[in-house]
Amino acid sequence: MKINFTINGKGRAKEIKASTLLIDLIRDGLKLKGTKPGCFEGECGACTVLVDGHAINSCLYLAVNVAGKSITTIEGLGGEDQFLDIVQEKLIEHGGVQCGFCTSGMAMSIKSYSDKCKEEGKVPNRNEVAKSLEGNLCRCTGYVKIVDAAISVCGN
Amino acid sequence: MNDELKYIGKPQPKFDAKERTTGRSVYGHDIELSGMLHGAILRTKYPCAEIISIDVSEAEQLAGVECVITAADIDANKISFKEDHPVLKSGLVSCIRDEIAAVAAETKEIAEQALKLIKVKYNERQGIYDPFESLEEEAVQINQWQPEDSPKNVSMTFEYEHGDLEEQKSKSKVIVKRRYHLQKMTHCCMGSSNITADYNPAEKKLTLYCGTQVPFLYQRDMAHCLKMDPSRIRVIQPVIGGGFGSKLDVNPFEPICAFLSMKTGRPVQILYSRYEEFLASPTRQSMAIDLTSGADENGRFTFREVEIIKDNGAYTSWGATTPFVMMQTFSSLYKMPACKLTSTAVYTNNPNAGSFRGYGNPQATFSVERNIDLLAEELGMDKSQIRKLNSNTPGEITGQGMHFRTCGLLEAMEIVAEKSNYESKKDMEQSGRYRRGIGLGSMLHVGGGAKIYRSDGCGTTLKLDPYGCLTIITGSSEIGQGSETVLAMIAMEEMGLSEDKIKIINSDTDVKPWDVGVHASRTSFIAGNSLLGAIGKMKEMISPRAAKLMGVEIQDLVYEKGLIRCAQSDVQIALDKVVRDLHFMPPHELAEVSYFYEPPSKYQDKGFKGDVSGNYAFAAQAIEVEVDTYTGNVKVLDVWVAQDVGKVLNPMGLQGQIEGGVVMGIGYGLTEETQMKDGYVLNPNFHNYKLLTASDVPEIHFYPVETNDPAGPYGAKGVAEAPLIPTAAAIANAVSNILGVEMNELPVTPERVLKAMKNKSELTERLV
Ligand code: FES
Ligand code: FES
Repeated sequence: MKINFTINGKGRAKEIKASTLLIDLIRDGLKLKGTKPGCFEGECGACTVLVDGHAINSCLYLAVNVAGKSITTIEGLGGEDQFLDIVQEKLIEHGGVQCGFCTSGMAMSIKSYSDKCKEEGKVPNRNEVAKSLEGNLCRCTGYVKIVDAAISVCGN
Repeated sequence: MNDELKYIGKPQPKFDAKERTTGRSVYGHDIELSGMLHGAILRTKYPCAEIISIDVSEAEQLAGVECVITAADIDANKISFKEDHPVLKSGLVSCIRDEIAAVAAETKEIAEQALKLIKVKYNERQGIYDPFESLEEEAVQINQWQPEDSPKNVSMTFEYEHGDLEEQKSKSKVIVKRRYHLQKMTHCCMGSSNITADYNPAEKKLTLYCGTQVPFLYQRDMAHCLKMDPSRIRVIQPVIGGGFGSKLDVNPFEPICAFLSMKTGRPVQILYSRYEEFLASPTRQSMAIDLTSGADENGRFTFREVEIIKDNGAYTSWGATTPFVMMQTFSSLYKMPACKLTSTAVYTNNPNAGSFRGYGNPQATFSVERNIDLLAEELGMDKSQIRKLNSNTPGEITGQGMHFRTCGLLEAMEIVAEKSNYESKKDMEQSGRYRRGIGLGSMLHVGGGAKIYRSDGCGTTLKLDPYGCLTIITGSSEIGQGSETVLAMIAMEEMGLSEDKIKIINSDTDVKPWDVGVHASRTSFIAGNSLLGAIGKMKEMISPRAAKLMGVEIQDLVYEKGLIRCAQSDVQIALDKVVRDLHFMPPHELAEVSYFYEPPSKYQDKGFKGDVSGNYAFAAQAIEVEVDTYTGNVKVLDVWVAQDVGKVLNPMGLQGQIEGGVVMGIGYGLTEETQMKDGYVLNPNFHNYKLLTASDVPEIHFYPVETNDPAGPYGAKGVAEAPLIPTAAAIANAVSNILGVEMNELPVTPERVLKAMKNKSELTERLV
């Protein structure tokens, strides 16, 4: 079947199977390899992308469900003209990246959470920020610097 | 001199951080070569069985399948440290990870489907899953290729001894003997294992895109397995999603993928699923450590006597050599007059264990630090005092022959005691549901590589281009630990270049000079020293020409901001101009140099005595925990870490290594265990294998101790393994202190805590 959707601000049409997972559409169909496969079981968050602004695990999400919706992946996080989004800047500045395999997913989760906080006019505390990242596993950093980065994004 | 450093010692974001945060880094999972096939592996259904027959005919007929192989289709040497591991199994399967057949197909889905069509008939056998049972007389031999010269089901033994054990025993006022049980732990790299093999039949050349952390040893070992000339194998290391020691061995899926590519003449890629990763990625060894140690009436340690039984699994990996590191802790962490160790790695029908960050040291340190607390209790001594009293000291040559030219252990212990407010917390009144308390642990680890191979060296080639850009071609590998960044900082410091004028090439064995690989926390130390040597040679080439062009003396030259200037006058010249002059004016020389650094460390003798590392790292941790006596849950509240790092090179990278290590150590201490039952992995997913999440992370207070080691680059020591080593010990000590029980088994789960409390209350009841 054919679906229409927006990916990183650009309209696209793509032929997919009913069983196609969003992660496969993104990585294999659209060749956007920044979204990472960590477990394919919805447990690690490495595959997190935004669908209409909400962070979802693309490995559990059927591609048909993005019909008519807008997807943002790590490649589109910086938007049209910026090279780096503030989330990316803060992750770099705070040293929140080691091997980088979790980083795309972390960045998308931080983006979604900080946008939500902004909408609600809320400045979250450290525990709340950490809680918002519970779905994203990282084996390298011990999370401290990632949470630091997220806090500074949310406080901005 | 250190006051004048411009970059070294200042926080520097990772050299590759922009690429990583924008999703542009190419990991093995992201490689797509033209005509590439997808490989998949059929593993055994039973941990121990005879294979009666394998029928691949249906799988071969499935549309889209290019090739199916079994052991009968390949001509391979066995792999592994003891050459006891066939890459594809026939006849017998010996553990649940065993590879029986492999498929290459047009898509992943077809490959998976083909696996289901392969019919294997088994005759299930009774396996042995406990190393102590493997050692019993009537046990069957598990691995038919086990070393001939060792007893049945023994893969490797180590024996070590120094000092007069009997004399020290007689001097001891107290002697403590305990058995410690340490669990299996999986690396859980976020990027699963993967390889892309590309064989070109016309040229008979094999290119391997793989995550090895030891590319040159890997090239040799692969060549041996595939019966190929090593020089026809090119190893390219794509970005890897975490290593932690998991990529030290050649694993069967790698030669299997190469065979699939050789059979089809097309590139083939194998990516592990998370399930496969839990099943087939070699774990940290589980082991039982019997440790007897003593102290005299003043609290001075007298001896340690150690017997270790390690679960090797069905095959032998590099990880079987972990006693090499463990014995350093037993023989030399704290002053130790006498030590005797025997270690036996025993075959079982469990998946084979491998190497893991810390290389046996977390296990050894756990037993040593638990026993110290028990000795202190018997002597009625303060647990911090007894450690300080026995601390190693600068200048010490230990019983094992390790020379601690610098040693910050005492300082580290003093710092954590002070900062954690140890005095006020050590004997807190314990009552009520939630109880708090504190525990201590220290560690010793090699800080300047470890001479376990003929060379522990690293080569560097430097190239300056006519635009003033420096390319560093280093033998060392970046596996996420930040070594590239440290190398860039050294070059910025010494050559006076900005970050954007530095390129690093480190991922291609066809290009880069030899290096032994990433292990033993060696990369900053060895590759850093190698780079410094190369820069020295480069300057020998550039400086005379610059001085001549400028009309000044060589010793007055200062490299700064892409320029070379004279310290005595305001004459200066752009670096790129000097390079152009070298290239284009007679006698026409390339601004290119190579340098090989071999550390001063020594190969140990047969008794494992000798100064094995360039320098040694020390650390102390104090950990405050809260125990919920209703649920048994343990929460780590604060961790104080002081570590002798020699010299801080990049505070940001260092802090990241510390935090990552400590959190991994907490996981080892509290939640992580690869659970096995009758040879099956019970929790092969992130749902049941509990990694810590962002919410579980305590405050980590880090205090670097700078001892400025003369052997290290700018005085630095290796740092990456240390932070995880004493953490579990300090947690178990804290919980034991709080509850008045003995936590001698890891992980310290709620069930174990409740059980220990119950045993204690039963015991008190009986005594009343
Ligand atoms: S890959 Fe989707 S959650 Fe792990
Ligand atoms: S940086 Fe490696 S998993 Fe997070």
